[in-house]
Amino acid sequence: MPKITYVHPDGAREVLDVPVGTSVMRAAIMNGVDGIVAECGGEMMCATCHVYVEEGQLDRTPKMSEEEAAMLEFTASERRPNSRLSCQLTVTPELDGLVVHLPETQV
Amino acid sequence: MREPVVAVIGAGQGGFQTAASLREAGFDGRIVLIGDEACLPYERPPLSKSYLAGHSPLAELWLRPQAFYDKERIDYLAGETVAAIDRPGRSLRLASGREIRADHIVLATGARCRFLPVPGADLDGVLPLRTLADADLLRERLSAAREVVVVGAGFIGLEFAAVAGALGVGVHIVEVTREPMGRVVSAEISRFYARMHREWGAELLLGAGVARILGREGRAVAVETDDGRRLPADLVLVCVGVVPNGELAAEAGLAVRNGVVVDAALQTADPAIFAIGDCANFPTRFAPGPVRLESVQNCVDQARAVAAAIAGKPALYDKVPWFWSDQRTLKLQIAGLAIGHDHAVVRGDPDSGAFSVFCFRDGKLVGVESVNRPLDHMIARRLLAGAPPLAPQQAADPDYDLKAHAAGRPAR
Repeated sequence: MPKITYVHPDGAREVLDVPVGTSVMRAAIMNGVDGIVAECGGEMMCATCHVYVEEGQLDRTPKMSEEEAAMLEFTASERRPNSRLSCQLTVTPELDGLVVHLPETQV
Repeated sequence: MREPVVAVIGAGQGGFQTAASLREAGFDGRIVLIGDEACLPYERPPLSKSYLAGHSPLAELWLRPQAFYDKERIDYLAGETVAAIDRPGRSLRLASGREIRADHIVLATGARCRFLPVPGADLDGVLPLRTLADADLLRERLSAAREVVVVGAGFIGLEFAAVAGALGVGVHIVEVTREPMGRVVSAEISRFYARMHREWGAELLLGAGVARILGREGRAVAVETDDGRRLPADLVLVCVGVVPNGELAAEAGLAVRNGVVVDAALQTADPAIFAIGDCANFPTRFAPGPVRLESVQNCVDQARAVAAAIAGKPALYDKVPWFWSDQRTLKLQIAGLAIGHDHAVVRGDPDSGAFSVFCFRDGKLVGVESVNRPLDHMIARRLLAGAPPLAPQQAADPDYDLKAHAAGRPAR
């Protein structure tokens, strides 16, 4: 299974084996990774599953939709060029080794 | 000293969020979360959308896994019903007979489907949609259905109709008013969705009531409208609104008028008892009078506010309401409450399938409804939260930069 690493703001890392087809958001929720709220359940309504993708890995992630781009305009923590909504990062074999950094706050 | 106890009645998204937010807010006492369903707390929105369509598995519905409740020391009592609240005794009595001491009680009891009072409403194949069990039964029946009748063209009814139609099932929608979703959206949005459902192949009867449901051998086979039309059906979905679950509060002597009456801090007349989500009737600056809202945003944000108050940081509840509805390729997003608006401005072209309706009351922006215009929606939340006032002519001008306006920058 592809491995996804979540890095907390204090530098702590959690590594999960995530089944292909599951989103980076859902895997965090199901495995108790704090720092992802996801109150809308992946419907792109809340922007509370915001993550920063590790430098150099952005080109491996799926293309961003107009909807996601709009939501990212209004995240609780600063939007950066590597900002994504983790509900839109569906895990594929190509995403094995992905590292996402959790923001200071989601709400 | 006795350990403080918070009892949360109702384990929907609001009840779950109250428990989770209590810990986030630093509450270290006992948390008891009581739900009348046997499963873990789950997300309700997908039940009429992706879960119904078979696009999302059961495992993705749980708000959190069991391990979360263990780790956060949340006593989740599944499949339990509260029989009564003993206010002087500061306790609850469960239907199973158990007593639970509680220093604070949060009513997150939600709402239940309104029953359709017509002959035949109790036939097999006449179903509601509210719970996971409802959705599972509906999904099973839908897979074998050729013709479905949807009674009530609100969000849930139209979302179901969209899913059923996409599966190739014949869809007939009966709505007693002239406006689909008319209780919550502007006439512009209502007309657009009526048109779209017809384009998708549904038969949409507006201004039509249901006289009775006809059955054969105990199973529903047709719906008869009050003007005598007969619509074939192997499945009838009844979604004619909900009734807030206010009985526990009423029996405990608390005011219930279209939900449990609370103040701007979501507190009932008893300072130890709060109400949130679908069951709560609260005052808000976003509407001319008190409202009861049924949405994820409402229950989650109210849960956070109440949890903070119990943890020692009371504040008035003042969040911009927002809602969404997915129907096939259309994402409807609503910010604010357009109730009683007197002027509507359309931005974008409905014929393109992407537009927004800006609703004004007495010249003030009160609600924005966006179809496939997510940026408008997010800007609208900012505008309604307290950005500089927006004039109708600015909303109507496609060259006027709403994002800049919302941020207080020059918009042209």
